[in-house]
Amino acid sequence: MNIPFTVEERPDTGLANGKLGIWLFLASEVMLFGALFSTYIILRSGSTEWPHGELSVPLGAVNTVILISSSVTMVMAWASLKMNDWGKHRLYLIATWVLAGVFLINKYFEYSEHLGKGEGPWHSTFFAIYFTLTGLHGIHIIGGMIVMAYFIGPGAKMWKKNPDQFANRIEYTGLYWHFVDLVWIFLFPVLYLL
Amino acid sequence: MHSDPAAVRKTVRSYFMIGAALLVFTGITVGANLLHLAGAAAITVALVIACMKGSMVASVFMHLSHERKWIYGSLLLTVVFFIVLMTIPMFTTMDTIGTPEHAAAAEHASPERR
Repeated sequence: MNIPFTVEERPDTGLANGKLGIWLFLASEVMLFGALFSTYIILRSGSTEWPHGELSVPLGAVNTVILISSSVTMVMAWASLKMNDWGKHRLYLIATWVLAGVFLINKYFEYSEHLGKGEGPWHSTFFAIYFTLTGLHGIHIIGGMIVMAYFIGPGAKMWKKNPDQFANRIEYTGLYWHFVDLVWIFLFPVLYLL
Repeated sequence: MHSDPAAVRKTVRSYFMIGAALLVFTGITVGANLLHLAGAAAITVALVIACMKGSMVASVFMHLSHERKWIYGSLLLTVVFFIVLMTIPMFTTMDTIGTPEHAAAAEHASPERR
């Protein structure tokens, strides 16, 4: 079956269906994280004291650098496809996947340290919202890694059959990935610094 | 959004420039934290920098600086609902739900209440 408007733009929206679809999905993601940020504000404004210095700022900053770097490699993976440079595309997409993995490894060490000290979500309101927000963000990282792994592996063969559709798929993956980076840009100061 | 190879080639440099700027802003955020600013100032500085970084990611990496009106329209609707969502905590605190316990206790102990 031939699905229409995967590459060509719809006359009414001026967009390929996937592009509008991913943006509507991201809009729903904004509301999901927005609800949790809103919860954070309620919890924080309603508490008599809020802990400071519970989290490792250097580790959080390193993870911010990792995610920003992964956003650059992700957009370059798409740009390389548009410039018909398959080798560079592979390099940048694998680099993005590796950086995402390093982010999760750092998070694993961070979680382990806190859980080892008994500072789980049950410990305090702060750790409850910390684990909820960063846990949901971590699930999004894993989701992005699964999609990227597909395009590094079996999904890559589409490039030979339909390069424009493959480039669009990488673009949509990139939009999702940049959103995940954007969420962390706000999570880092809110949880680690303030 | 740029789709032809020549136009994309021109934007490649801007991707690296924005990436570098984001790293610099991250350094500034951490540096500002070391200054131990007062509560309101610290929150303002951290969130202003985060908003600047977020807008750079959205406009350059996500190509929002030159998108179609359908995407702007759906995002405008999202922004409206997001603002409503962020305003809800304000209403709850106005209703004293979420007011710190010591403040509520002080209110109960005030002469008007006795």
